[in-house]
Amino acid sequence: MAMPIIAQPPETARIAPQDGSPSHRDGPQRRELRKRGLLIAPVVLTIGCFLALPMAIILTYSFLVPATYGGVRWEFSLEAYRQFLFDRDFIDETLIFNSAYLEIFSRSLVLAIFSMVACLLIGFPTAYFIATRPGATRTYWVFLITLPFWTNLLIRTYCVLLILREEGLINNTLIWLGVLDKPIIMMYTNFSMGMGLVYSYLPFMVLPLYANLEKLDFRLIEAAHDLYATRWRVLRWVILPHARPGITAGCLLVFIPSLGTFLAPDLLGGGKRLMIGNLIQLQFGSSRNWPFGAASAVILLVAIMMVLILYARHAARHGESRG
Amino acid sequence: MALLYAPVVILVVFSFNANRAVTIWAGFSLDWYVRAAANSGLQKAALNSLIVGIVATVCATAMATAAALATSRGQRFRGINALYALISMPMMIPEIVIAVGTLSFFALAGIRLGLVNVIIAHTVFCIPFAYLPIRARLEVMDKRLEEAASDLYASAWQSFRLITLPLLMPGIVSGAMLAFIISIDDYIITSMVAGAGAGTLPIYVYTQLRLGVTPEINAISTVLLAISILFVAASHLVGSYGLARTRSGSVRHTG
Repeated sequence: MAMPIIAQPPETARIAPQDGSPSHRDGPQRRELRKRGLLIAPVVLTIGCFLALPMAIILTYSFLVPATYGGVRWEFSLEAYRQFLFDRDFIDETLIFNSAYLEIFSRSLVLAIFSMVACLLIGFPTAYFIATRPGATRTYWVFLITLPFWTNLLIRTYCVLLILREEGLINNTLIWLGVLDKPIIMMYTNFSMGMGLVYSYLPFMVLPLYANLEKLDFRLIEAAHDLYATRWRVLRWVILPHARPGITAGCLLVFIPSLGTFLAPDLLGGGKRLMIGNLIQLQFGSSRNWPFGAASAVILLVAIMMVLILYARHAARHGESRG
Repeated sequence: MALLYAPVVILVVFSFNANRAVTIWAGFSLDWYVRAAANSGLQKAALNSLIVGIVATVCATAMATAAALATSRGQRFRGINALYALISMPMMIPEIVIAVGTLSFFALAGIRLGLVNVIIAHTVFCIPFAYLPIRARLEVMDKRLEEAASDLYASAWQSFRLITLPLLMPGIVSGAMLAFIISIDDYIITSMVAGAGAGTLPIYVYTQLRLGVTPEINAISTVLLAISILFVAASHLVGSYGLARTRSGSVRHTG
């Protein structure tokens, strides 16, 4: 009857809900599980209903036909995905390869990689600097780094605009100093968008890097120096291998939001250089082609999932080699 | 560091500028603040932001606390990784995709409740931000205190009410503050979900930016900035104060 629970290894006794087995139905474990189920249910229901379900709807919409005034008609079609790659000729319906959307996608990819690399180049020295400060002041530095991160993304992007525009800070200063006689145009270029992204997501890079470097045993660096290692060799063979998990995590955290960015290209790119995020917004907004917007969203999601899977594999491999 | 702060400093400095040009200094003035405060469209947007922020924060924090309690106490259970994945989903999916997804969902379900739509959307993406600090706090808490309480015949509710909840409070407060900041700051999702009249502050700022750059935006931005900084600083203080108190508390108990 009541199985000798005590004799069982405690994990198996507690974890498994043992579905339907009557002997457990009103045992304390069962009650405990029910209680925990009740505690988890609101989160699962909310995210499931208002996030997972919408994602499923987007997937479904990407296979439907657009209705005239936004929304969809319930007819299966691959038209939306076709539109991503090909134009259909008006007269004889032949497919002509069209690289415009592919260009938007690869432009987003290049920009995301650029912001990732730039964040790494700026973020690594910063994180290293913080990690080498004496204990008590470190929290203070981390706080200073995270502070801009909690200010509005829109406002941060706007700040970049104030600096880069024609009568902005850089141009005004350079003209005042007499270095330039007319302003350099930095706005509405790939450079301004990249700057916007770097400024938006830099803390995402610094924090994981810092978390990693903080744990580095600095005696190792001293030891390396004692053994006549050059600075470059210390960086290459001592610091970098140690910081690798932080580097991958930071890169991921910068890359993903950069790829789907909307505000930076919208405000700093002048809306002329579409990124995939703007493309999606446009299709759901003024272009009123929801299925195409949904298909673009699915393509973006798939790209991000591939990156995440690569990351998980990479993390698993390194976990194994260490353990 | 300079790179991080220079833009913000410029923003604040020029919000006090007497001149109309956003980046040419012409003397100190509070004009733009007065103008911003008198603007009725802005007042409406600020009120919306406040309502959405508070309601979404309360809902998200309550749910996140419950979930954190269930995931950090007792044995690990099957499917916990799936649960973690689900909770972190709002952080992993690009905002623009969440935005169009939520828009399609509301359109399909025919839910047109104005602000309520916005509140629901905000609650969803606030959950992970509230959840993480609470779980972190639960993990550093001394479980023996709860065990001691139940050894002393406290009921589950009593031990939660008198032991767990007070100790967990700093985590809950910092989680709630982060959720509030995230909600106040969101632009993309709100812009997709909000109908006419349900616009929040960022939406207002964005519309103004589209019309042209004026120092009034600097003034509004500075106020938003001040709110964010206050909240984050407070959350930081509460977190470290709470931790210090528990630490000294446990020292007193053992000593």
